[in-house]
Amino acid sequence: MQVTEKKHAQEAHDDHGHGHELAHHFVSVEQQHDAGNLGMWMFLTTEVLFFGGLFAAYTIYRYKFEKVFEQASNILDPMLGAINTIVLIFSSVTMAFAVRSAQQGKSKAIVAWLGATIVFGALFLGIKYGEWKHDAHLHVFPTSDFNWTWAREKHAEGEHGHGHDSHGPELKGFVFNSPVVPANYIESDSRNPEAKQAKLFFFLYFSMTSLHALHMIIGFGVMAVIMVYAWYGYYTPHYYVPVESVGLYWHFVDLVWIFLFPLLYLLGAHLGAGH
Amino acid sequence: MSTIITSAPALAPASKEPGQGGGVDYLNHETSIASWLLTLDHKRIGILYLVAMSAMFVLGGFYAGLIRAELITPKGDLMSSDFYNKSFTAHGVIMVFFVLIPLVPASLGNFMLPLMIGAKDVAFPRLNLISWYVYMIGAGFTLVALIGGGVDTGWTFYTPLSTTYLNSNVLLTATGLFILGFSSILTGLNFIVTIHRMRCPGMDWFRMPLFVWALYATSVIQLLGTPVIAITLALVGVERLLGVGIFDPRLGGDPILYQHLFWFYSHPAVYIMILPPLGVTNELISTFSRKPIFGYSMMAGASLAIAIFSFIVWAHHMFTSGLSPYAAMFFSLLTFSVAIPSGIKVFTWLATLFRGSISFDSPMLYAYGFIGLFTIGGMTGLFLSTLGTDIHFHDTYFVVAHFHYVMVGGAIVGFMGGLHFIWPKMFGRMYPEFLARMSAILIFVGFNLTFFPQFLVGYLGMPRRYHEYPNEFQVLNVFSTAGATVLGVGYLLPLLYLPWSVFFGEKAGRNPWGATTLDWTHTESPPTPHNFEETPVVTGEPYKYDTLFNKESALAGH
Ligand SMILES: [Cu+2]
Repeated sequence: MQVTEKKHAQEAHDDHGHGHELAHHFVSVEQQHDAGNLGMWMFLTTEVLFFGGLFAAYTIYRYKFEKVFEQASNILDPMLGAINTIVLIFSSVTMAFAVRSAQQGKSKAIVAWLGATIVFGALFLGIKYGEWKHDAHLHVFPTSDFNWTWAREKHAEGEHGHGHDSHGPELKGFVFNSPVVPANYIESDSRNPEAKQAKLFFFLYFSMTSLHALHMIIGFGVMAVIMVYAWYGYYTPHYYVPVESVGLYWHFVDLVWIFLFPLLYLLGAHLGAGH
Repeated sequence: MSTIITSAPALAPASKEPGQGGGVDYLNHETSIASWLLTLDHKRIGILYLVAMSAMFVLGGFYAGLIRAELITPKGDLMSSDFYNKSFTAHGVIMVFFVLIPLVPASLGNFMLPLMIGAKDVAFPRLNLISWYVYMIGAGFTLVALIGGGVDTGWTFYTPLSTTYLNSNVLLTATGLFILGFSSILTGLNFIVTIHRMRCPGMDWFRMPLFVWALYATSVIQLLGTPVIAITLALVGVERLLGVGIFDPRLGGDPILYQHLFWFYSHPAVYIMILPPLGVTNELISTFSRKPIFGYSMMAGASLAIAIFSFIVWAHHMFTSGLSPYAAMFFSLLTFSVAIPSGIKVFTWLATLFRGSISFDSPMLYAYGFIGLFTIGGMTGLFLSTLGTDIHFHDTYFVVAHFHYVMVGGAIVGFMGGLHFIWPKMFGRMYPEFLARMSAILIFVGFNLTFFPQFLVGYLGMPRRYHEYPNEFQVLNVFSTAGATVLGVGYLLPLLYLPWSVFFGEKAGRNPWGATTLDWTHTESPPTPHNFEETPVVTGEPYKYDTLFNKESALAGH
């Protein structure tokens, strides 16, 4: 190989006084920035495939059990889903402002915008928690506790004004309530093959939304750390890779939700309420 | 361009003294245990992987020995059928997930990649160390499950074997493999970013050594395939724990979905195993025939083509699973097309060897073996991708022989060649050449003796995964076990003489092979902690040989 040598760009170290700005194995801050950025994009690529396995399973079972999937989707409340979609979009906007502040070197503004992002994220999770709590009342958690007959009946009652909390005293705890569904409901489920199919829908619903929520919680943790660093002026217009990376990550998490919302909530909307 | 050997030190005055007798190198600048376990140096992390994977290889080999011992006689006299099932599962899981998949990228790749592209380290050194720890944690989980209780599903974990009819160790193993997957993803991510962003000035894409191209193609597969197997194993766990019928037909699920998801990763995984050894072989063939690789860009393109094809052929593992005949025809045709880039590689090697000053140094002996064994492995793959013949061969020893030719004859032999090639750079010492050649020959002979009879016995109809068989298959099975013994000796030798050479071997010098890539011309053996004291600037092709370098080439009269 034909090679000549030039003096290693040691100058890059000296140009910027801050030691943390350039790790020893990079030649320049640009190289470091590009590497960090590309690394995040690559990570998000694996994330797409990670969710992709679940989306593939969803597609297959949606195709096989079309009718039941629509009915099961109808149990979910599209209004809450829509509100959450808007909340998340707002959090993406505040995140974009956080990255912008980092580019401009406004440390305190980074903290403020990330804080706003966490607030919107927390609001999303709060609404989600409320939904899941209601789901537990309907016995749609895909455990041995699942009961399709009960869920449809109680959902219809709820829609017709009996109130959501009229399920009586048999409910214990959040998810894993002991066998509280009357025996005739269990009996009815065991004779109905559609119950298993609906359980599949709810399995996909809970696994995808909880995987999504897990990603948000991880995002909170990363943002909290970045806020501490930003508070002490760690990031400069030369070095803000972590802020930009968490921004990419957050937009990705939002984007996943943009796909989940129609697939899970709007599938049965045309059936109308109460079915 | 002047001769490498005289020009390189002259151009790199700052790095003349270190490494040659008492200088500072990456091995001796810090020597505590903590300095190894907390190192961020890609070279040391490569060696950590090498040690861990060698241990796993010995363990996996031990289970292979048990299997071959059982199969000497037609009766199941050595072990129970249950223990036999657990043995071949342990052998498969350990060898596939803990040896073959990370083998070349994580050890040789980690060590060589930054050296080859003129970088001081990979892009994310801390992530690199984390991925080694993730590997070790995944290995811990899996070994507890495999040795503690045993898993009897085979390495494929097909449902409903792994869900409805399982013992609970499947879940522990799946947890281990789930964790392990992140090690693979992180390594792939790190390598892609390194190759994109860390090349030294002048190192264009088409000036990179071909091993780097192979690592790039491999990393793409690791990045895109591994998350799918991770989520699939998670789904198996969920089905088991929550009783949701994802794969269980009695609960509304579809067991074929498991096979689709599993092979969507596990077929590309075959190329995670074989592409890096293919890449290493380029370096060997070029260096030891003192010729640039014939058709460099074809070779680089073939690596990428294999990576792309690998994602669209998975269902060839499912021809007998109730796939629609039209889908089967389609996948059969696509599978045939993988033979094209593979064939390009074999023919470009032959064209490189043609009229080269070829030598018979031990790394090159492995490379010759690799070409032959990989060719046989690839060609017998065509028998299996043909719909009609696959019905006959499916789940027989023919399949076992085929994938061992690719994975052991290809991946392991290629790795051994690469290891013997890189060893002087890693430790600055030469190993005993005679023993190394002996081991290369023993491995080649032992391997063929072990697995060629399995083609025959599979053709005659012996199914895989049974610990008893009809009497007429005994002769071929005895041959196979005898071969495995020779093979075992072949593997044992390097395990002895390589560590010995680290302390007592002859000093290697910076470029004992007269190779022309940066790792040999511009770093010491062993390299200094930051590889290059000055950033190299590349101005030409990766393979350009000084034919006056050594006496062999001088004798060849060029
Ligand atoms: Cu395959």
